[in-house]
Amino acid sequence: MSGALLSVENVMVDLPTPRGNLRAVDHVDLAVGAGRTLGIVGESGCGKTMLSRAILQLLPKKAKLSGRVMFDGQDLTGLSAEKLRKLRGRSLAVVFQDPMTSLNPVLTIGTQLIETIQEHLELDLAQARQRSIELLAAVGIPAPEQRLAQYPHQLSGGMRQRVAIAVALSCEPQLLIADEPTTALDVTIQAQILDLLAREQQRRHMAMIIITHDLGVVAGRTDEVAVMYAGRVVERAPTPALFKRMRMPYTEALLAALPKLDVAPHTPLPAISGRPPDPTRPLKGCSFSPRCRYSAGRCTTEKPQLSPAETQEHVYACFHPIAAGAGA
Amino acid sequence: MATLELSLEEEGTTPVRRRQLGMLFWIAAGWMVLVFAVAIFADLLPLPSPTDMDMLERRAPISAEHWLGTDGLGRDELSRLIYGARISLIVGLCAPMIGVTIGGALGMLAGYFRGRFESFVVGSMDVLLAFPPLILALAVTAYLGQSIFNLTCILGVLGIPAFMRVSRAATLSLARREFVIAAQALGATHARILLRELLPNVMLPLLAFFLLGVAVTIVVEGSLSFLGLGVPPPISSWGSMIGEGRESLDVAPMLAFIPAIAMFLTVLAFNLIGDTMRALTDPRQGAL
Amino acid sequence: MLFFVARRLLYLVPVLIAVSVLTFVIASLLPGDLAYVILGDQATPENIAALRHDMGLDQPIWLRYLGWLWHILQGDFGRSFRTGQTVLQAVSERIPVSFELMILAELIGLAIGVPLAIACAAKAGSAFDRFMTGSAFGMLSVPTFLSAILLIYLFAVELRLLPATGYVPFTEDPVANLRFMVLPALTLGLAEWPGIMRVLRSDMIAALQEDYIALAKAKGLKPSRILFVHALKPSSLTLVTITGINIGRLIGGAVIVESIFALPGIGRLLVGAIYTRDLIILQGVVLLVAAGFVIMNFIVDMLYALLDPRIRHGHA
Repeated sequence: MSGALLSVENVMVDLPTPRGNLRAVDHVDLAVGAGRTLGIVGESGCGKTMLSRAILQLLPKKAKLSGRVMFDGQDLTGLSAEKLRKLRGRSLAVVFQDPMTSLNPVLTIGTQLIETIQEHLELDLAQARQRSIELLAAVGIPAPEQRLAQYPHQLSGGMRQRVAIAVALSCEPQLLIADEPTTALDVTIQAQILDLLAREQQRRHMAMIIITHDLGVVAGRTDEVAVMYAGRVVERAPTPALFKRMRMPYTEALLAALPKLDVAPHTPLPAISGRPPDPTRPLKGCSFSPRCRYSAGRCTTEKPQLSPAETQEHVYACFHPIAAGAGA
Repeated sequence: MATLELSLEEEGTTPVRRRQLGMLFWIAAGWMVLVFAVAIFADLLPLPSPTDMDMLERRAPISAEHWLGTDGLGRDELSRLIYGARISLIVGLCAPMIGVTIGGALGMLAGYFRGRFESFVVGSMDVLLAFPPLILALAVTAYLGQSIFNLTCILGVLGIPAFMRVSRAATLSLARREFVIAAQALGATHARILLRELLPNVMLPLLAFFLLGVAVTIVVEGSLSFLGLGVPPPISSWGSMIGEGRESLDVAPMLAFIPAIAMFLTVLAFNLIGDTMRALTDPRQGAL
Repeated sequence: MLFFVARRLLYLVPVLIAVSVLTFVIASLLPGDLAYVILGDQATPENIAALRHDMGLDQPIWLRYLGWLWHILQGDFGRSFRTGQTVLQAVSERIPVSFELMILAELIGLAIGVPLAIACAAKAGSAFDRFMTGSAFGMLSVPTFLSAILLIYLFAVELRLLPATGYVPFTEDPVANLRFMVLPALTLGLAEWPGIMRVLRSDMIAALQEDYIALAKAKGLKPSRILFVHALKPSSLTLVTITGINIGRLIGGAVIVESIFALPGIGRLLVGAIYTRDLIILQGVVLLVAAGFVIMNFIVDMLYALLDPRIRHGHA
């Protein structure tokens, strides 16, 4: 993992709840190299958003974080608030899920862009304004100059997410974390936003983490994919290798749950039966075993560890991996 | 000054704070029991008359005969304080009773039947709310004459809009719930749904609000009596005692401060208990 | 937006009419009537009957109401039969005093309440926050006349720093005017800050949980900018609403405070009219205060709509 821009090492996040301790992120190791893209996929509640907040050091106050988050050679978990602040927005940017709530409703779009630029870059107001206009144009917003004086509610959802992306890109970050960037948007807009992110990522040579519940989002747009379940990474592989041959039954189930265009209309959509386990009551064995159709033997008594497949890059945590040719 | 507008009450009560209120809650309840007890049993207590003047013993200090001294006309301060508690409690309890009955009923009917009736009720309440409460109370007492009965009626009427809002908000949120719809489907009459299904649920928020209303009424009654426009003399009321004590603030400040402390503690106790109950019973925060 | 204003304006008309009816009906409730009050105990029944006829009091109530309303629409609110002053004269003489008092009081309330609310919201749940919320709760239980007496006792009787009663117009001697105004305004302001603080605090705590605050943090903004711009600006709309709701309390409080501190404002005019049973003044002042209150509330509503970009652009 040396040479990576960001490496998450043995990170755990614990949240105290009235029902007991909740381990939202459990022994996670991940790495992203400069200019590379990583997809993190999982159902809601699997800990992927907590992981992104852990990387940004924006966890709720009562959450406990252990492990290391190395970014550009320094451990973010040990940085002072002031040093973190200088890093966030400058080198480490984020796009949240819902552009309806992540932009401040009573500040103009111009204010929200310019304040970020002026916080981190030595630009005067006119220059920051000019840069904001260029950024809005770059993310595909028509008549960018007029938009500066507008408020978020005057824009459509897709346009708002473009603004949020412009804010994130405003200081040329080295790493962009996009946390479910398209979940709150219309299906027709989703592809546009994902393409925009991919285009800007390549043009600016920045690293990007896309967090999503949708395997279809990461296919073809990422270099590597990590699948998370119940706070753990259960399979991690270079994207082509994963889609060529996935090992983990959970990954297979996620893929099967995607709607496909080539099946007849009104075919029932296969859903993953059951629910994720209660995170305050961890299971002794594999967390997926209660829902897994391959579950047998030690699956319920012993936790599988990540182990390599054909290559060192492809790892998975399963005692009964899907055999060659049996997968999707 | 607190008035009859209680709609601003809302608070993100954290569990920590609620537990702390627990201890305060019992102290407040204890004080309230004490005030109620002395007010109810005032006639049985070995007290001098609250209206007998003794011109030789004006502003007497604390003594075995007069535990809290005497006022500017030589009347026993403790006795006046206890009989004053009576007035404060009678007006303070009866007036919100009027408000909670009429306002509560109107709010439930408006929230249940909706339509024109609701618009009419809400509109009428807007008219009543158009008058600053204290001004209306002053004007009406001026015309009707000062008496405990008139005072109670006016303060009661002034409370109607606030109670109407609470009960309407609670009814609106309840009327669409399954148990009401189920009762309707079973062919229950409107009267039965209102009384058996809705009333028990609207009761709790109304009761919590009632206690806050008591606190506000005690303050307004005190303000009017303080101005000499509330309870007619020589009946003792905390407000009029403070008003009389104000004249001798330089020589005997205790005459104003003793009833002031009694009033503050009582109002605080009602507020505390009402607020705790509201936090426990309010189905939705800010539903008012 | 225009439609919104028009609809609210249209709603004002029936409310104002109902207010005038109510005022008139209350005034007609008087046992015995105006003629009796004017002529006093010694009047003969014939004298009273004659005066009743002169004043039109023998007409049916709805006719009297219409006549009264007709005069009011022409700007004639009547004339005091005790001082000979018209209602409008009396009110316009005294209104600057009440306005000055209420504005100073609201400023004091905001000056105490807003910084405390921000400090508490920034450190929600801390010992400081709990202490201040507790104090605010306690202050809500202190009636205006109690704090007035405490302040008089402290500053006028014990310390002898400020006058307890009296008034000098601002135009004559601004310093003396402010010296007279300090205690009354402080009394009212002390009643205002707890409400302001409680509402603004819980509003800001809610705002601080929003996604846009998380994004503002993720943008690396300074904590002060997050607190004062990103959290306070959305919440400041609440301040306008609180101010609107406070007007009614302020007017009621002004009556008491003006009486205690002998300030020649509207409140004292009203109380004086009650003491002397000057019913024409009383009726006129109540109507004017209620109408003024309704219109002020309307203005606050409009101000709120103007300040909130979501309503301003027709998303109400």
